[in-house]
Amino acid sequence: MATLIFLFSAAALLQFFISYCRSLIAASIKQPLSAEVRDVTGIASAASGDDFARVIQLLQLCPERPEDQSEIRAIGAYFRLLNFVRATVARIIPALVAWTEMERGQCAYFAAVALERRIAFSRDMLSQQLDA
Amino acid sequence: MPGSFIYWLWSLETILEVAVVVCALAKHSFRRYLCLNLYMLFSLVVSVGRYQALIRFGLQSPQYAYFYFYSDAVLTIFLYVALITLYVHVFDEMETGKYVRLFAVLLLAGTALFSYLVVQQSQHRMLTHFFFELSQNLYFVGLVLTYVLWGAILKLRETRTRLIQLVLSLGVYFSAFAATFALRNMFPNFQSVGYIVPVFACLLPLAWAYAFWRLPEDARMAPSRLAVVPR
Repeated sequence: MATLIFLFSAAALLQFFISYCRSLIAASIKQPLSAEVRDVTGIASAASGDDFARVIQLLQLCPERPEDQSEIRAIGAYFRLLNFVRATVARIIPALVAWTEMERGQCAYFAAVALERRIAFSRDMLSQQLDA
Repeated sequence: MPGSFIYWLWSLETILEVAVVVCALAKHSFRRYLCLNLYMLFSLVVSVGRYQALIRFGLQSPQYAYFYFYSDAVLTIFLYVALITLYVHVFDEMETGKYVRLFAVLLLAGTALFSYLVVQQSQHRMLTHFFFELSQNLYFVGLVLTYVLWGAILKLRETRTRLIQLVLSLGVYFSAFAATFALRNMFPNFQSVGYIVPVFACLLPLAWAYAFWRLPEDARMAPSRLAVVPR
């Protein structure tokens, strides 16, 4: 009985976690990237999963915004989960390769939007300092 | 005494519980999600009470154990009620609030009766055993109810972003705890589970504080985009 409950709970946990991360990403997907961020990140049209690590490195160069810390961590965990699925289950079920790649691309786009916000935040801080 | 990591997580959880209430008050959502906020306030009171019991009687004392398990059962019932209010929010337009509440009371009574029947054979500390069993069963019932509610959100095309995130984070919380309880039953000597529980306990107030602070009440999204299996 405990095994059954564990399997059901673990499957539900995975499903809720994926949906929750998608709900975080969904808000960013609508936001277009500025030409400046596109140049910096190298994301020309659609973001790919391979862009994620580079964008995260750029994010770490910017001053942190307390508001976006937790969501970036959650998406980072989701990205690692997708990498794990891609390296394991997707080898057995090929249909998952396209799905994980699409999701990884959306994670990269989310990170690029977060980068855009951090750049704007840094500019605001700088202008406030100059005004002072 | 628990390690410093557990203390750190405990403090973090308490701070996040305060943050949920503060964010809800600041964004004028306290009354709209009253039960969720009352749960967080009660959880805060319980955290303080547990700390007092720990300091006064020690981790291995029966007083601390009794306080821990009784308060956990009451907290789980509070969270169950909070989940039912999310049902009322989702089924708001269908005016089914009365039936949802009646069903919730019957299910809670059924779960309590089931827990009682499970522990009936136990001769020692029956009340403590009952509360532990009730908590464990309510986490699983909560998980199933959240799963059904998520299905209803997808089916009814509920678009309120904040409500969706509140439900999803509650789903993560219930499923994580139900899985942890099941893992404990499968492997009673698996000590590392004790460290996972406080981590999961921090995630719910973190997600709720985020939902209250960052998401306006009128924010909308298409829930079909969030389903793992495309609809």
